Amino acid sequence: MKIALIDYGAGNLHSAGKALERAMIEAGVSGHIVLGANPDDIAEADRIVLPGDGAYRDCRENLSLVDGLEEVLTEQVRVKGRPFLGICVGMQLLSDIGEERGETQGLGWIPGRVVALDPKARYLKVPHMGWNTLERRGEHPVLDGLTFGEGGLHAYFLHSYHLLPTYAADLLATADYGGPVSAIVGRDTVIGTQFHPEKSQALGIKLLANFVKWSP
Amino acid sequence: MTLKTRIIPCLDVKNGRVVKGINFLDLADVGDPVESAKAYDAAGADELCFLDITASHENRGTILDVVRRTAENCFMPVTVGGGVREVEDVRALMLAGADKVSINTAAVKDRSIVGRAAEKFGAQAIVVAIDAKRVNAPGEADRWEIFTHGGRNPTGIDAIEYAQAVADLGAGEILLTSMDRDGTKAGFDLALTRAISEAVTIPVVASGGVGTLDHLVEGVTLGKASAVLAASIFHYGTYSIAEAKAHMAKAGIPMRLA
Repeated sequence: MKIALIDYGAGNLHSAGKALERAMIEAGVSGHIVLGANPDDIAEADRIVLPGDGAYRDCRENLSLVDGLEEVLTEQVRVKGRPFLGICVGMQLLSDIGEERGETQGLGWIPGRVVALDPKARYLKVPHMGWNTLERRGEHPVLDGLTFGEGGLHAYFLHSYHLLPTYAADLLATADYGGPVSAIVGRDTVIGTQFHPEKSQALGIKLLANFVKWSP
Repeated sequence: MTLKTRIIPCLDVKNGRVVKGINFLDLADVGDPVESAKAYDAAGADELCFLDITASHENRGTILDVVRRTAENCFMPVTVGGGVREVEDVRALMLAGADKVSINTAAVKDRSIVGRAAEKFGAQAIVVAIDAKRVNAPGEADRWEIFTHGGRNPTGIDAIEYAQAVADLGAGEILLTSMDRDGTKAGFDLALTRAISEAVTIPVVASGGVGTLDHLVEGVTLGKASAVLAASIFHYGTYSIAEAKAHMAKAGIPMRLA
C-alpha cells in the first residue's frame, strides 16, 4: 500500500507520518508513506492523507499554490474513489466554505460550513484545547473498536472553528464542549477528523489503523 | 462538558540538552530531551513543553532537531518556547513538529508578531508567555507588571491589560508565570492566575511555584486555570504524573486518567 501524505507547507507532517507507520503495523498492512506534493506520486497512491495546522484561508491558499495538486486530488478522490483522510484544517478544507478570517471556498467534498466555535457557557474558553471524549453519531468502518462516552478514549483537540455538515448523516462523531463539536465527518470515500489522531495516542492509532484497512 | 484539565511538564533545553534531566525513570541518557519526552508520554502527561534557553542564536538549530525527533517518537502534543523572535522562527518550529509555539519577549517588544503569527498558523498554535510580578505595595489593590529577562527587567506594562491585548490580537493561549513564585515551591500566585483567567476568553496555563499536588488543584479551582505546568516536582520524581492526576480527579477536577 502506498499512502500519500500531502506536504503543502501546513506543518505536523513528521508526527502524522510516524503515526501512520505505526497504524500500518497495527493493521497488519505492509506499505509505505510518500511525503510531498508531487502530483505523479499522488496519482499512484492508494490512500491520501491531508494534514493541516493553521488558518483555513492560509492553508487553502497553500493548497492552491502547488501546481496540479488540486487536480490530482480531485481525480484520485472524486473520480477514482481513493480513501482520503483530512486532519484538523485538512478536514475543514473538505467543506464548501470556511469563515475563518473572511469567507474562503473549500474543496466542497463534504457539504457544509466551517464556523467559529461558540460554546453556550461563557466560562468555556476558545480555542477548544486539550483532551476530550467522543460521542458516536453514525456508523462507519473507521469507528470500529473506538470507545465512546464518558469512559471512552480521549482525542486531542486544538481548534477554534469546526465543520458543520449540511447533512446529518455526514457527522460520525462529536465532542461535547458547551454543545456538540464536530469531531469526525465522513461522506463517500472521504473522512475527516477535527482532532489530531497523530497526537491522540491509543484512539488516534486505532482510527488510523481503521483508515488503512478501510475498503469503501 | 468533558474537556479535561491538562497537566504539562516543562523541560528546559540548552544547546539540545536537558538542563535538569528527569530522574523518575532509568533513562539511557538523562540529558536527552527526547528520552525525557518519551518517558512523560508513557507516564500520561497531557502535553509537553520545551523551553529553549540556548543563549546564542547560532545554536537555535538544536531545538529544531529536538522537536523533530520528539515528533517522530511521541504521539503527544508539544509546545515549544524560548528565543522566538520572528514569524519565521514560529514556522520552523511548526514544520519540525511543534503543535504550539510560545512567544515571550518578542511580543513584549512588538505585539504585532502575535497577530502575524496567528494569521499564518491559526490562533490555536500561538501561545503568549507572560512573566508577571506583583508591583503593588502591601495594602494597595493587586497589580502585576510584565517583566523580561527572567524577571530582572521591568517593562511598566500591566499584566492584565497585556493579556487582553494579546488575546485580541489572536493568541490562542496564555502561559502565565509568576516571577514571584517561580522556583519557590510556595504554590501559584492564585490572585494573579485568577485575574488573568477571568480577564480573557482563551485558556490560561498556570506556572511558577508548584511544590505540592494541592497547588495543582488550587491553580484550577481557585486560579481558574485551564491547565497547570510544573517542572521540578515531576523531574525529580517527587510526584508522578499519575499521582498528580489521581489527586486532582479526587478533588473533583475532570482529568484524563490512564
